[in-house]
Amino acid sequence: MPAPYPFTAIVAQQDMKLALLIAAVDQGVGGVLVMGDRGTGKSTAIRALAALLPKISVIKNCAYNCDPERPPAGHCHSCQREDNPSLKTTSVSIPVVDLPLGATEDRVIGALDIERALHAGEKAFEPGLLARAHRGFLYIDEVNLLEDHIVDALLDVAASGENVVEREGLSIRHSARFVLVGSGNPEEGELRPQLLDRFGLSVDVSTPQDVKSRVEIIRQRDSYEQDPEGFIKQWRRKESAQRRRIEQAREQVARVSTPDEVLEFAASLCLQLGTDGLRGELTLLRAGRALAALNKKDQLTCNDIRSVAPMVLRHRLRRDPLDESGSDSRIARVLESMEAS
Amino acid sequence: MMPSLASKHWALAEAALAAFSVAPHALGGLWVRSPPGPVRTLFLELAADWQLSGTAKRIPLHAQESRLLGGIELTQTLTSGKLHWESGLLTQSHGGVVTLAMAERVQRQTIAHVCSALDAGTLTLAREGMSQTVPAAFGLIALDEGLEEEQPQAALTERLGLRIDLGSLSVHDALPSDIDRANLLDAQACWTSVVLQDSLIETLAATTLALGIDSPRAMVLTSRLIKILAALEGRAEAIEADLERAVIMALAHRATRLPELPPEDTGEEIPESEPPEAQSEEPEEEAPDSREQPEVTPPIDAMIEAAIAHIPSGLLASLRAGHQPRGKSSTGGKSGSQQRHKQRGRPVGTEAGDPRRGGRLNLMATLRAAAPWQTLRRQQATEPRQAHLHIKPSDFRTTRFRHQRESTTLFVVDASGSAAMHRMAEAKGAVELLLADCYSRRDSVALIAFRGSTAELLLPPTRSLVRAKKALAALPGGGGTPLAHAVELTTLLSEQILRDGATPTAVFLTDGVANIARDGTPGRQRAKDEAMTAAKQFRALNSRALVIDASPRTQQKARELAQALGGQYLAMPQADAEGLRNIVRSVEANN
Repeated sequence: MPAPYPFTAIVAQQDMKLALLIAAVDQGVGGVLVMGDRGTGKSTAIRALAALLPKISVIKNCAYNCDPERPPAGHCHSCQREDNPSLKTTSVSIPVVDLPLGATEDRVIGALDIERALHAGEKAFEPGLLARAHRGFLYIDEVNLLEDHIVDALLDVAASGENVVEREGLSIRHSARFVLVGSGNPEEGELRPQLLDRFGLSVDVSTPQDVKSRVEIIRQRDSYEQDPEGFIKQWRRKESAQRRRIEQAREQVARVSTPDEVLEFAASLCLQLGTDGLRGELTLLRAGRALAALNKKDQLTCNDIRSVAPMVLRHRLRRDPLDESGSDSRIARVLESMEAS
Repeated sequence: MMPSLASKHWALAEAALAAFSVAPHALGGLWVRSPPGPVRTLFLELAADWQLSGTAKRIPLHAQESRLLGGIELTQTLTSGKLHWESGLLTQSHGGVVTLAMAERVQRQTIAHVCSALDAGTLTLAREGMSQTVPAAFGLIALDEGLEEEQPQAALTERLGLRIDLGSLSVHDALPSDIDRANLLDAQACWTSVVLQDSLIETLAATTLALGIDSPRAMVLTSRLIKILAALEGRAEAIEADLERAVIMALAHRATRLPELPPEDTGEEIPESEPPEAQSEEPEEEAPDSREQPEVTPPIDAMIEAAIAHIPSGLLASLRAGHQPRGKSSTGGKSGSQQRHKQRGRPVGTEAGDPRRGGRLNLMATLRAAAPWQTLRRQQATEPRQAHLHIKPSDFRTTRFRHQRESTTLFVVDASGSAAMHRMAEAKGAVELLLADCYSRRDSVALIAFRGSTAELLLPPTRSLVRAKKALAALPGGGGTPLAHAVELTTLLSEQILRDGATPTAVFLTDGVANIARDGTPGRQRAKDEAMTAAKQFRALNSRALVIDASPRTQQKARELAQALGGQYLAMPQADAEGLRNIVRSVEANN
């Protein structure tokens, strides 16, 4: 398989790229929802990001991507059981797991290992996609078409960071913390509000409406296809600069301080927009801090909040079907009025 | 002898097929719109002749997911007691060509799998105890037998690089081609290194912009097509003529708006396909800062003209009328499925049960239920070594389906006369309100408007608020009242909704006064008689109907209509969006 298209070579789509970077810096912001026209390179971007991110170290042959740097108590049952104090570690690229449409429930959450059960009469657990996605990305294309019972299983795990399996006489729990990335086309149907709320960030993608960017898209793609290796080489410097930026931001983000006036600003923004619950405010602050860290700042400012507000709040506004203006313009309006006062 | 228009059209189809054969996977696929018949057969035979590598598989309409992706091989698994995996159609087709029959009726699931294979060239499987990524790079020939606006789902057509229409051709037009396999093989070897000048890319980008084509994938597919077409002509560098042909084959049908029309264009069904001779002068540089309306330089003009000449006629008409084009794609293949409730709906787990009673055996669950007992049963078996696997009837598990009947509310709005604007606005409001609060319940809404001489489906059944808003943005109004046609269209759509397993509720907003007969001529009495006849046909469906009379003084005629439809009558002089929504909700809840 050819190496993925470089992240930094993606033309335009600033919003989508920023949202993915923020999610990469701080997993805690929750997933990213990308809605937009077909063919805008949504899945290209997510694959590119995974290739860009620094590798992670895992315990060798662990199906759950256990982190060797954590205390053994946090390891999965198989890593704990092997009474080997020096489990081998290895480094792998961040897992990107596709949740294909039509995946069965047992493949998603895991199930009894049939072969071993039939063969040896053993009750063994065969981990599912959620285990493979631990510490990485779970990508769902056409998320709005996903079967309800799969969505329910996902929501539960995404919220708790832990997959609890109670079926076929098995009783297993393992960590499953991942960044949920969903994409879809709004014309195909709406997303259930419960699922919508689980995504920390939401961006709309559309194709640039000027000749220059379109030429750029075609040209970049063409030269990538002609010579993938050469093309990737050409972008290597930019890619590693971006990688360093993410790595630094990850270290920095815990040190970004939050002044009281910024807290107030975020709170009153949410109040004026009438978003439900605290999730909006918390995500606003986390995403803002991640952005500040990406920009090598050590203090969160109101401007950071302003930049991330649309992607954090867009999908959390209560919908008013008779209001022709979209969520974006409502957010912009409120931001403007706050500016004025 | 001068080649006729039709045989030129055939030559174009052949050229498209040649390009597809050179690089099936790179172009995604070929969308063949044609009724079944000798021309299509001839075309498919040619496709088989020209296929350069791999296998040729055909996906039937009702292909099961397990055959498509692969699944457990039953006999072997049971006899050996070990899982045996059987690869699916899509993986077997790696490197070859897949033909999708009746693409306009294929189920969404199938489409989703085909699409993900087209995108990635691989398939990620996660089912039935299998989890792996397998290569599946193939080109797709989608056979579309749709009538009028019916066409395959947009998710699929978006990924197909080429589209041809054989509908208007007869076998006599199909002249033998001068392309042979040797040409194709040569082109296959060198197309990737064909040079694409910047000026050509700019013209391409400007053309997509002018035609309102927003998918970068379409642009990329077209740029590949240009190179292949040039390679087929033996050129090392693409020229404008290649671009022009590529625009005709790959972009014309994707147009979502019409740029300024050249005055002499007639928009006839058979494209007047004289591709203007390739201009020899260098294409002028596109002004880089032309944002909205790109300055149309001569070559772009020619491209757009060529594209317009090849826009499918139905699409052209709706673009002219200023509508957003939208294909009516049926999520089809479900005809007659109402009777099989044990087997349809969403799978929601399994239950113990005998598959002979009509349930669908869930093999994995059955094996899982049997697994823990194997050691024990083996010991107890009277004839050891007879079977590796001991399965008893009590192990059988069947898949449980929850078949929640979706409801589809069908608004049929009288847009004639003076009250039209008001009624339409309220109906629109009700549609949006219903969609806003039902999107979690998976209900859908459709809207038919009638006025002038015909009724028109403005919004096919949808759950998407975004789509509804788009479709309802421009509301037509005024003119006569073709009630009979409206009722007929409602019957037709209700039938379709019933076939798809949902429950339709038709809500008529009208005063019931018909004055346009079925053939479009005015005349009260005939119009009324025909409307009543149509209403009786609707009644035969035994489907819910509601007639809301919004005129200031109630009309006997609306009452009669309700009776003929077998539905309820409601006088609502002050019909508003909120009220409509509540009525629809209560009617649906009562039934």
